[in-house]
Amino acid sequence: MSATPNSYRTGPDSFGHFGAYGGRYVAETLMPLVLSLEAAYEAAKKDPAFQAELDGLLRHYVGRESPLYFAERLTQHFGGGKIYLKREDLNHTGAHKINNCLGQILLARRMGKTRIIAETGAGQHGVATATVCARFGLPCVIYMGEVDIERQKPNVFRMKLLGAEVRPVTSGSRTLKDATNEAIRDWVANVEDTFYIIGSVVGMHPYPMMVRDFQTVIGNETRAQMQSREGRLPDLVMACVGGGSNAMGMFHPFVDDPSVEIHGVEAAGDGVNTPRHAATLSKGSPGVLHGSRSYLLQDPDGQIIEAHSISAGLDYPGIGPEHAWLKDSGRVKYFSATDKEALDAFMLLSKLEGIIPALESAHALAHVGRIAPGMKADQLIAVCLSGRGDKDVFSVAAALGEKL
Amino acid sequence: MSRIAARFAELKTASRKAFVPFISAGDPDFETSFAILEKLPGAGADLIELGMPFSDPMADGPAVQAASLRALKSGANMNRTLDLVKKFRKADSRTPIVLMGYFNPIHAYGTARFTRDAAAAGADGLIVVDLPPEEDEVLRLPAQAQGLDIIRLATPTSDTARLTRILDGASGFLYYVSIAGVTGTKNFESGAVAAAVARIRKATSLPVAVGFGVKTPEHAAEIARIADAVVVGSAIVSHIAAKMEVPRPELIASVVELCRTLAASTHAAQDGKVSA
Repeated sequence: MSATPNSYRTGPDSFGHFGAYGGRYVAETLMPLVLSLEAAYEAAKKDPAFQAELDGLLRHYVGRESPLYFAERLTQHFGGGKIYLKREDLNHTGAHKINNCLGQILLARRMGKTRIIAETGAGQHGVATATVCARFGLPCVIYMGEVDIERQKPNVFRMKLLGAEVRPVTSGSRTLKDATNEAIRDWVANVEDTFYIIGSVVGMHPYPMMVRDFQTVIGNETRAQMQSREGRLPDLVMACVGGGSNAMGMFHPFVDDPSVEIHGVEAAGDGVNTPRHAATLSKGSPGVLHGSRSYLLQDPDGQIIEAHSISAGLDYPGIGPEHAWLKDSGRVKYFSATDKEALDAFMLLSKLEGIIPALESAHALAHVGRIAPGMKADQLIAVCLSGRGDKDVFSVAAALGEKL
Repeated sequence: MSRIAARFAELKTASRKAFVPFISAGDPDFETSFAILEKLPGAGADLIELGMPFSDPMADGPAVQAASLRALKSGANMNRTLDLVKKFRKADSRTPIVLMGYFNPIHAYGTARFTRDAAAAGADGLIVVDLPPEEDEVLRLPAQAQGLDIIRLATPTSDTARLTRILDGASGFLYYVSIAGVTGTKNFESGAVAAAVARIRKATSLPVAVGFGVKTPEHAAEIARIADAVVVGSAIVSHIAAKMEVPRPELIASVVELCRTLAASTHAAQDGKVSA
């Protein structure tokens, strides 16, 4: 890469590019919509009334701010740096996804859209979208791969309770990437009235920027909370990375602090040297999918390869373009954790802290277990606990060979 | 003059509209796909759109996606697609071939290398569905250097300002997408298509092709009265899907026959007013 930039927080440029990544790789039918969405978002960002409404909802509906919890027994267990957990699992709907969904549905209302669509993998984004649609009385269609519907039944039922229509996707590999294809197809066919709430920092500009902005509340709070608890910034900030929205939200407020080391943790499935993983940055290569240029899991002919992880929320063959750029620039280091390591961390946190983490977040916790023991007792780690693990009890039981 | 320009000039002299069938390269397998391809000009194809298979064709409906997956399953890749063009060119030096697909397989092949090899194989134009004008420079510049046309798409969502942006850098012909939707799903409305094509003609002298949602000989005739070229894709690849169980020579003959019917209907149509 070229010289270190003055700031890592100025992207993207007006074309939606973060260095060589991002952009708007969409069918021409969608271009006018994507451009008008960008204009609407830029206007909303400058409107104090928009931010005030969002802040009010985040406080009274979501329950923000979320605590920054000192995990005392986990810290003792590893015997190194002090581990703090940013408790996004305590948000309404049980994960960070709601932060973004509220921002986008307020924007949809400003734009006069009357119908909402979304894709979902684990179902967390689907539940968050169905929730905000119920709250604002808008009809909602959630695209979900048949395979994911099978392994995330509680979330499917939750979405239905909230009044959403869950449309099973039977094309391709029947997981998140195919659900995303179908959502894009729906959008192309319903351009007039439909708003597409994308669940991560992926897709065409302005989504990666917009979703990041809505999730930045995570890192902003963490920063202020750490300052007030410890009187200084953390030494290490960490989050799991699938599409990468909780991680971007956690990282972005820290990227210009040279004293803060930042680690993202991808899902290694059976292992990065097996064919079954979702470690896009560690093992993928740059390409174009779902509207942006980023790292992808692909074969030498540019065909997309299916990702694998025990965690449906990390099971995506792409990653947000800003992560791709942060990786290449060296500002953020990316690691991975296997299904097995995530499961061990899942159980460890449950037993030591009485907190059942989402399997997604458990990947970050697995990495904590490698790094914390080597740190000094006065060094500070902030980990984004992106969601709670109730939704995963069936998957975990199955992995442990227990019948529920 | 490029093969595409020469073909449209010929058609204009003959007051004829172009029939443009789409097939996916290697669907359902390389040999069958070539057998269909080489018979298309004889069945009345004036230009041919050859799909470059991709695992995740987001702008296409179920029929074209299935065609792409059939081809990939039987070993299709960019080299094989270009081989198909090369093989076709041995016997036909006049029918333009437009390669249509998504950017990632081109990106993986190497953009500059792709334009060189596609031109050398005998392709004439490129339609890359997920490369809007904002992003297509990376392909457009090397393509132009190789004499390949970059065919841009206009849609029902393109207003006047957008149309100007689309036409700036367009060559070969303009492809008007008749519906807001993916391929092979909704039906177009003749009145709306006629109005859009009239608006496009005021803005460019490029020939205008219309596709998406053109399924029957009647549809083809309707579009032929409005535009310079009629593109049919989903109906043809659906026909392949329906004939997968019959012996391959029969499948090939049946697909060619369908194209002959669509071409005849296109060629019989005259410019004229269309009721909305």
